[in-house]
Amino acid sequence: MDKGMSLASRLGEAGISRRAFLKYCGMLAASLGLPTAAGRTLAEALDAAPRQSVIWLSFQECTGCTESLTRAHAPTLESLIFDHVSLDYHHTLQAAAGEAAERARHEAMERHAGEYLVLVDGSIPVRDGGVYSTIAGVTNLQMLQETARDAAALVAIGSCAAFGGLPMADPNPTGAAPVGDLVRGKPLINLPGCPPIPASITGVLAHYLAYGRLPELDHLGRPKAFFGESIHDRCYRRPFYDQGLFARGFDDEGARKGWCLYLLGCKGPTTHNACAVTKWNDGTSFPIEAGHPCLGCSEPRFWDAGGFYRALSAPTGEPAPVAVAGLAVGAVAGAAAGFRHRRTRAAANAARPTVELGRDATGNEEERS
Amino acid sequence: MNGAMDWLLWAKGPGFQIALTVFFVGMAFQLASILLAGRKTDLSEPRGNPAAGGRRLLWRRMLPPPGMLERAPATYVAGYLFHVGIAVVLLLSAPHIEIFHALLGIGWPGLPTALIDAVTVVTLLALFVLLYTRLTDPVRRFLARPEDYVVWALTVVPILTGWLAVNRFGPSYTGMLAAHVLSVDLLLVAFPFTKLGHALTLFTSRWYQGTILGHKGVQP
Repeated sequence: MDKGMSLASRLGEAGISRRAFLKYCGMLAASLGLPTAAGRTLAEALDAAPRQSVIWLSFQECTGCTESLTRAHAPTLESLIFDHVSLDYHHTLQAAAGEAAERARHEAMERHAGEYLVLVDGSIPVRDGGVYSTIAGVTNLQMLQETARDAAALVAIGSCAAFGGLPMADPNPTGAAPVGDLVRGKPLINLPGCPPIPASITGVLAHYLAYGRLPELDHLGRPKAFFGESIHDRCYRRPFYDQGLFARGFDDEGARKGWCLYLLGCKGPTTHNACAVTKWNDGTSFPIEAGHPCLGCSEPRFWDAGGFYRALSAPTGEPAPVAVAGLAVGAVAGAAAGFRHRRTRAAANAARPTVELGRDATGNEEERS
Repeated sequence: MNGAMDWLLWAKGPGFQIALTVFFVGMAFQLASILLAGRKTDLSEPRGNPAAGGRRLLWRRMLPPPGMLERAPATYVAGYLFHVGIAVVLLLSAPHIEIFHALLGIGWPGLPTALIDAVTVVTLLALFVLLYTRLTDPVRRFLARPEDYVVWALTVVPILTGWLAVNRFGPSYTGMLAAHVLSVDLLLVAFPFTKLGHALTLFTSRWYQGTILGHKGVQP
């Protein structure tokens, strides 16, 4: 593709009409929390935007995040927006390999110093000098620090890059860490999810391309536009939660009737993501719609949150043995205290002198008046 | 501990285990020591049925003495409301039933969330009415000790944070839920060593008192 092509002509080439593009920009503006009129502004800004240099670093990951964005079926507007950026380095998607690939990264870093975006998927192992994952003889940690140095901003894509994800799950054998723990002093946006919703990735990219800055973020560095509300609050099964109607198994009456999946371990109440709104696979559905509880994949430590199929309110770990042991220890200690009290009382009774009627405690006859 | 989720996971994981251990050790200790310490044997001829006196006092003390309901309606009405309210919210809310299910292996049907919500509001109002009467009535205020206010707060905070979390008040649901579970952990730890322990010890004290009165032929 010609690097000088505008986004509009690129979309036209792919058979996407101007009308469809404007409609998409309107939706994008709405999902980013911008006013309706911002759709046209966004379209104009995207049209005029220069091709943004992007370096995509893949570390301890499964390529699911890339897969989410570049799904194999018919090309989507999301993937076309993504195509509009100059993806100068990406293991899975670039044609170059080996030294040529690394050279491309270094060239992009030099040519676009201070301007390029670094997108990271996967966590970074730091234990034992970071030897658990290396690329071209360089540890992930070194590559991240080297690439981030002259970046304009970083985007942590997926839960592994944003919060550590599966590699950081207990017992975290490689000392995996998220991007935010290792790179300081650079604008960072977290786009968690396993994988993240494609619209959130392209939405953030489009926002950056159009306005040259990152959108508003929440306390975990996630764009509020996509992570501002919980799955529970936007869930179509919410009325069943309010009525106290719950599925208790995956094939019981409640499940067939589409009742709330809270008791089956749904983490929707504590999970912030746009799944219930944007849905997946071109708006087909989302996990809860398919009858499966939300795993909470866009929240920190979701792998260690006590089990996917255990209700959110249920304690983690095994409390029953603790309770039984506590009862036993308490009962034994209480019994000991009770018997000690008895013995003290018995000793006091034994030590008390016997008093006969008509005599005082010393045995002398009492004088009667 | 750098986020609400970390706090929540600690509160319902290690925190809950610690709290549960303290609670069960404390309650079992209190009960076993009371039961095994026994009472002084009364050698006198019984004038009535001690066991019947004990049984009678167990429920009789749940009713207001004659005339007291009229003299202190707020105390009795609010007292009943918050005790029943706590029992309903604790035992019949679906998320709470799951905790018992994890502990006991058994569960039971719960009430609709909206109904639990209404009961929670009534319970909270009743607790604040009781605090108000304690603060404004000179006699109650004189009799109240600092522990009474601590116990009141230990009871109110879990109910309040639970209600706030369910209704999405506050900056973060996860954070409010963490505060709710942490406050419950604190309540469990304090339970055996404060007046809260009366939930269990009232049965032993009423039984002992009832049997003593029954032995003497008094109809309590």
